[in-house]
Amino acid sequence: MLYDVELTIEHGYATPAEGARTHVHLMPLTVPGRQSLITGMISATPLPDERLDRTDFFGNPVTEFAWRKPLDDLVLHLQARVQSFAAPSTLDLAPDLPGLARELNGVTDLGPQSPHHFRAASPRVAPAPEMTQFARDLLWPGITALQAVITLGRALYGEMTFDAKATDVNTPPAEAFRHRHGVCQDFTHVMIACLRGIGIPAGYVSGFLRTIPPPGKERLAGADAMHAWVRAWVGIETGWVEFDPTNDLLVGTDHIVVAHGRDYSDLSPDRGVLRTFGAQESSQAVDVIPVPVAG
Amino acid sequence: MNQDTGRIAQLLRDYAVPPGVADELLDRNGQMRPVWTRFILQLAEMPAREIPALFARGDLYLRDAGVYFRHYSENAKAERDWPLSHIPVILHASEWAEIADGLTQRAELLEQVVADLYGPRQLVDNGSLPASLIGQSPEWLRPMVGIRPAGGHFLHFLAFEIGRSPDGSWFVLGDRTQAPSGAGFALENRMATTRVFPDSFARSNVTRLAGFFRAFRDALEGLREEATESGRAPHNARPAILTPGPSTDTYFEHTYIARYLGLMLLEGEDLTVQNGQVMVRTVAGLKPVSVLWRRLDASFADPMELNGHSKIGTPGLISALREGSLTMVNALGAGVLETRALMAFLPRINRALNGAPLKLPNIATWWCGQDAERAHVAAHAERMMIGSALSTSLPFSVEADTALGGKFQSTAAGGHHLPLADWIAAKGPDLVGQEAVSLSTTPAWEEGRLVPRPMTVRVFAARTPEGWKIMPGGYARIGSSGDATALAMQRGGSVADVWIVNDTPTPQDSLMQLERGRLRDTQSVLPSRAADNLVWLGRYVERCEGTIRLLRAWHTRLAETGTPEAPQLAGLADYLDGLGIEPEHRVPGALLSQLDAAEICAGKVRDRFSVDAWAALRDLARTARAINGESYPGDDSARAMGVLLHKITGFSGLVHENMYRFSGWRFLSLGRALERADHMAMLLGCFTEKDAPEGSLDLLIELGDSVMTHRRRYRVDSSTDTVVDLLALDGNNPRSILFQVEAMRDHAARLPDARINGRLQPLGRALLRMETDLAASDPGDWPAERLAGLRTTLAAIAQDLSRAYLG
Repeated sequence: MLYDVELTIEHGYATPAEGARTHVHLMPLTVPGRQSLITGMISATPLPDERLDRTDFFGNPVTEFAWRKPLDDLVLHLQARVQSFAAPSTLDLAPDLPGLARELNGVTDLGPQSPHHFRAASPRVAPAPEMTQFARDLLWPGITALQAVITLGRALYGEMTFDAKATDVNTPPAEAFRHRHGVCQDFTHVMIACLRGIGIPAGYVSGFLRTIPPPGKERLAGADAMHAWVRAWVGIETGWVEFDPTNDLLVGTDHIVVAHGRDYSDLSPDRGVLRTFGAQESSQAVDVIPVPVAG
Repeated sequence: MNQDTGRIAQLLRDYAVPPGVADELLDRNGQMRPVWTRFILQLAEMPAREIPALFARGDLYLRDAGVYFRHYSENAKAERDWPLSHIPVILHASEWAEIADGLTQRAELLEQVVADLYGPRQLVDNGSLPASLIGQSPEWLRPMVGIRPAGGHFLHFLAFEIGRSPDGSWFVLGDRTQAPSGAGFALENRMATTRVFPDSFARSNVTRLAGFFRAFRDALEGLREEATESGRAPHNARPAILTPGPSTDTYFEHTYIARYLGLMLLEGEDLTVQNGQVMVRTVAGLKPVSVLWRRLDASFADPMELNGHSKIGTPGLISALREGSLTMVNALGAGVLETRALMAFLPRINRALNGAPLKLPNIATWWCGQDAERAHVAAHAERMMIGSALSTSLPFSVEADTALGGKFQSTAAGGHHLPLADWIAAKGPDLVGQEAVSLSTTPAWEEGRLVPRPMTVRVFAARTPEGWKIMPGGYARIGSSGDATALAMQRGGSVADVWIVNDTPTPQDSLMQLERGRLRDTQSVLPSRAADNLVWLGRYVERCEGTIRLLRAWHTRLAETGTPEAPQLAGLADYLDGLGIEPEHRVPGALLSQLDAAEICAGKVRDRFSVDAWAALRDLARTARAINGESYPGDDSARAMGVLLHKITGFSGLVHENMYRFSGWRFLSLGRALERADHMAMLLGCFTEKDAPEGSLDLLIELGDSVMTHRRRYRVDSSTDTVVDLLALDGNNPRSILFQVEAMRDHAARLPDARINGRLQPLGRALLRMETDLAASDPGDWPAERLAGLRTTLAAIAQDLSRAYLG
């Protein structure tokens, strides 16, 4: 599938915000065999005094912006065209959990794709006994790591209610889990905590989801939002698989990857600091438009 | 000689070294080691009853110098006196040379390991270090991977915790690579101990510490020069110390080291990053910084890429490191070397990389992520400390979930524990076993005799262009009981100086010689935050003085009339009420909070004014708190306020007589003048009103400390005109508003950028206007409401000051 993605993040400040600086994780990734970035452009208004484009540890593109003058408002804008490829077959070649542990012991790599980064507590996701127990109760002897991922994701989808008002960007996963509610970020963090608790390396994926309008309705411009889902490592043979617990599915061509990280803190779309005394308002608008391909 | 022997025997009557441990004073045959003889002889010659007085001399030095250790209990912070164990640990220079040699080798190994972990990661790829261990360490900072440090080195300043085994050899208990503290405390221990034993010290050929600090300061200067010469940083960039701020337990040491080495002491918010260059916000604008000796843990350093909740970091700091414009001492991420489990691998890595065993072994360590090692730990649990593999604390800082000698230290963690073997099996890779070592004992003074107490020594190492330099000495931690297991070190205890003794005299040495021909630091810079604190310190101290004068006046009148209802008190009581001051309280809460505020401001700029002034301010606050419990309204309280007044003027005297006229002094003076003018404007506005109570004018003259002057100048009874003339318009009266405004204008004219292109800037203009208004007028031009209105003008001036210099 070919998509045109457009995103706008707007911040408004009641009193001028000084010393603004932000690191932006918005540009879709190129992941061989999975997705390819064809063109992309990030811009900021007002024009920043400093701009630096680089790649972070996990291989995600980052843009650093800084402004010297106080800001009344700030708009970040992304425009990108992305090709998403059909996911490879899901023939289950994953080991069982003891087998996964043995395979992990054999991995001596610490590069960006190494599962070792995704095992321990990370800044926003610490395994917790109640989540580990929840996951453990779903297992059966001989269950493969991939089956465990799917079973757990399905269980969380069944248990947790999507509620855009119940949590905010800083809600700890244990709290979202206790109340069994939240948004895609909470679903994702909870699933990561559960997977790490049973020894499956798991990380966070941020990106865009193509939403399909109800039959007979027009696609609403700007109605989409950024999305998040889980990436889990299920053995040397299969490597990483992606699962979307908010929608209970193994990720396919409808999901466009922006960044990989251990949790939200590694790849928040717009991680900024500034000094302001008044209130602050933010909004986000996303369009994911399939591009018709001839033939 | 027989007499000496008798006295020594008396001194050592209870000196019983526990079986199976080495002792610093006695060799394994119970003979005194020669290196101690001179010291012990001299100690034995001192009359026993004089010794407590000698020790008190050292303690007094530390108290006067304000050496303290901050610690937290139940949200309340308290400063604890520095727990000096007065008997030094004495080691011979030849033994120390071996230790230094071993630690130099270790420092070089640590540099190799950290350079690899943030670079090619060959040690991980080839299995020398387990990928899972490093990958799970919170101290391995991913944003730092791939960043080559400016100048080429990750490590510049290290500390090692070492101990002596029962067989007499030395070993390393822990490496401190993150932001090692204690070097300043080592210096203070030295100062205090030489005051206790001046003769012994002078005659013992002890190696001086100053050379080490000089070498390190020169090394920092070298890093700065190197950054400039290679074009990575501008020519006027400077080195500085980065502190987490006054709420850190070792803040005193940061201020001390900053003063001792003559470096700026900065906090994260003093810094900003522009185009990849770290800049410090100063009263003269942004100035580049090229070398930072950080005393804060890496995770707090940059909220953009590390702990996003950090309020003490500098956004963009890592971007500057990526640019190569900043040398960090030590590199962010070096803390990964403190990971306990790493100890299990270092001996093998040194053999692999350098083809040699470690000259100084480290504490025997087994990581339970490996089958054979886990089995070994489980089988020998009774001889182990088993704890978190990723912990970066020293082996003897036992955490809740530690098993020592086969038993859990705390059952509180989780309430119930698995059986030990199951726990080790279940948590394997998260655990590390370390040999439950015995430490050597060293003499400590207790109740008139020496007793053996366990000890470890913290040793410091600095990278210099000539290689690693090891501080000759350091500080020893002394355990609080005779128990020689490392566990004893976690409870209380004290610290002692370490003397490295030579056979021949050592040269006198202090930091003052040197300077490569650079006698004066010409471009001194004052960070804006420090200036802001100095302004507020000046204001708060002056505000306290005003409050004390008001209270004294109230109590004096109460003593005269005997009743708070008397008309002479009514006006004053209303006025105090308006300020929220309750005079009938012994020391009103409002005054105590003003004193607290002054102390807090002073605490933030301790590196900028004298030790004496700091002591005077603390003495003032202490006295106020003490009086609080004792005095009674009326005459007694009036006298108590008199005492506080003398103490506060003592502080002001020390500051204004002795403080060098750097711009820091000008900001302090500006704060004081602003507050004094404001206070006088408020008093005049209130007490020159037409319906002000009887006696208001005399009260004003008294509060303005101008009774004698008024009598001499006017030779008439006070009138509104004479009082306004004297207290508002008289440029010769230091209590008048005009005098303070003139003083402010003079200070402001000497601040950076007071004029731009020859034109006065807003602060200077406002002051000139105000001065003119006051100077070119008569008392009759100043009705009460106009006098009160001066406060608005002064507030605007304070804002101009803030906008121009303090933001």
